[in-house]
Amino acid sequence: MKDRLSAFYWLNETQFAQASSEQITSQRRSAIEKFEIEGFPSVKDEEWKYTSLKKLITPDYLFPSPFVPLDQEEQIDFNDIKQFLVNDIDCYQVVFINGRYSSWLSETTHTNYDICTLGSAWKKYPEVVESYFNKLTKDDGPLVQLNTGLAWEGLYINVPKNIIVDKPIQVLYISTGDTPVFNQTRSLIILSEGSSAEIIERHHSLTNHETWTNAVDELHVGSNAKIHWVKLQHDSSNASLTQHSKIHQEKDSTAIVHTISTGGKLIRNNLDFSLTGKGAEARMFGLSLGSDRQLVDHHTRVDHIAPNCSSHEAYKGIYDESSRGVFNGKIYVHIDAQKTQAYQQNNNLILSEKATIDTKPQLEIFADDVKCTHGCTIGQLDEDALFYLRARGIRNKEAKALLMLAFANDAIADIQHPSLRVKLSQLIGRKLGVDMSNAL
Amino acid sequence: MLEIVNLHASIDNKVILNGINLKINLGEVHAIMGPNGSGKSTLSNVIAGHDGYDIISGDILFDGDSVLDFPPEKRAHLGLFLSFQYPVEIPGITVSNFIRTALNEIRKAKGEESLGASPMLKLMREKMKVLEMDKGFLSRSLNEGFSGGEKKRNEIFQMAMLEPKMAILDETDSGLDIDALRVVANGVNALRSDRNAFIVITHYQRLLDYIIPDFVHVLFNGKIVKSGGKELAIELEKRGYDWIKKEQK
Ligand SMILES: Nc1ncnc2c1ncn2[C@@H]1O[C@H](COP(=O)(O)OP(=O)(O)OP(=O)(O)O)[C@@H](O)[C@H]1O
Ligand SMILES: [Mg+2]
Repeated sequence: MKDRLSAFYWLNETQFAQASSEQITSQRRSAIEKFEIEGFPSVKDEEWKYTSLKKLITPDYLFPSPFVPLDQEEQIDFNDIKQFLVNDIDCYQVVFINGRYSSWLSETTHTNYDICTLGSAWKKYPEVVESYFNKLTKDDGPLVQLNTGLAWEGLYINVPKNIIVDKPIQVLYISTGDTPVFNQTRSLIILSEGSSAEIIERHHSLTNHETWTNAVDELHVGSNAKIHWVKLQHDSSNASLTQHSKIHQEKDSTAIVHTISTGGKLIRNNLDFSLTGKGAEARMFGLSLGSDRQLVDHHTRVDHIAPNCSSHEAYKGIYDESSRGVFNGKIYVHIDAQKTQAYQQNNNLILSEKATIDTKPQLEIFADDVKCTHGCTIGQLDEDALFYLRARGIRNKEAKALLMLAFANDAIADIQHPSLRVKLSQLIGRKLGVDMSNAL
Repeated sequence: MLEIVNLHASIDNKVILNGINLKINLGEVHAIMGPNGSGKSTLSNVIAGHDGYDIISGDILFDGDSVLDFPPEKRAHLGLFLSFQYPVEIPGITVSNFIRTALNEIRKAKGEESLGASPMLKLMREKMKVLEMDKGFLSRSLNEGFSGGEKKRNEIFQMAMLEPKMAILDETDSGLDIDALRVVANGVNALRSDRNAFIVITHYQRLLDYIIPDFVHVLFNGKIVKSGGKELAIELEKRGYDWIKKEQK
């Protein structure tokens, strides 16, 4: 598969080169060369110890070319995707199908800010793209390099100074077709000083074939700017996602990321924050519900580089059947990052004998005046609580679901839109096999 | 209505209930007293259907039918209610969601329509007024951070909402201040009728000044060793348990 991917690049290089600047092309080329040398990560790599990509790289994937328009098979209309969108909140909407932009399903804007697609930004805003693209990802691993080499489309947001994006931006990545498909998606998000935006992101596969999306995101959050990002990973059971999200934060900025992983086959999230300006704040919440043979792997990393920054991390996982969870949370407090406040918590419920979770906090602290707390728990449902609920007439299954929802609740409590929160609770309820309408 | 017949139960091979016989009819209030560790909470849990105990022998009949094989929820659907000695804290579930879910599950089991949001809220407000509870409780996490007294009041609030046929109050009075005791007792008395019955477990005769029992039983070493009228409680208050323990030897 590695060879096919690199062949795909060299075959398309002229087209990549024609559609973007020389500087970008040379970055693509060196990224692909890195990927060619390293190949896919293996379980021998400490970072991939618990997550094997072996099965993921076996199918005979189609690599959709960004330069070939969507074909008949890939055409979908609004009704096919309506259920994957949050419809009761007014949103900007950006939809991609197999890594290509679908203008007829999208609502973008260039009025006060740019909310559009990276595919159009290469040509339209070459200077901006050149100064931000690949700045946060140069030294990352092979999956990121592969993406840098091949990715063409994804969300592009550029918000000027002190502007607030007036409604959430909803982005939907669809995989479809009559063969297995491997998509690269890439987003570039630039929030200038004092601006703010909110993103609701979802990946979904419409096919019964294996799909794999390898996504990379670069977010630049300027001083005093604020980003709120909700990632909804509720894909079908043959869809896998590897996603590397890199967030660069300046002075007094805030980034809040919710990762709700309730569906899909293999999910690997790398979520990295660098807090480079005084007073920056990173908040991340995760909720993973595993069933069947699902794997949900979270690798997070916070680099406290500047002083007086804070990071707050709360990840919850509920694993049933033969599902597996991985949590690895790194916090690096660099030498100048005095008065750092870092909080990390990972709590897990294991519901079956075959389910597993590997959890590992990793703190490295090089400054002396810091406050770091971390903890992790692995447990079962509280029997006393379960008896309490059942003694009040709530049936076993409902009582269990209610307790799980209660356990999960604070992972979604910070989501601002009540209707999105309700939708998430419903998804969770459905996943747990329970009608939660009584409990909402 | 509730009949306990020669009930023996153990936990981890340790026998805790040692042949309990008790018959309760509609309209009656039975007080159970007894020293710490005598098995009062165990009896309550076993009646409510806690599966952590082994029933060695005997039976529990509800309206004439054995409920030993019924899970706790089914017993609740039949009208059984246990006010816990130590109510569990459950962060993430609000009091109102909890009660709404419970009440509607019970209604559903009885084949009744579930109660909509606004009549539900109205009912909750009414009951809270009787119990002099602040309606702010509704949106708080179940028992989380509640004071001892607030937890007990919340138990009685749930009882008032669910209107059980057979309610067991396990030391509902412990932790209540004098005013709260009166309020809670009034709440219980407001529910008393000839269509329900109560078991009141307490260490203090004071509660029984408010909730006047028809019978008082003394539980000792997993057995009811003495039964009488409300004057038995007064005697226990004066003399303690020693004389009963001696009688047993
Ligand atoms: N899980 C258990 N394992 C072993 N012994 C237990 C267990 N649970 C209860 N017991 C024992 O059973 C006995 C009866 O306990 P129970 O809680 O029923 O007493 P009680 O009469 O309610 O006491 P109190 O007045 O203090 O509330 C005690 O000796 C207690 O230690
Ligand atoms: Mg007790």
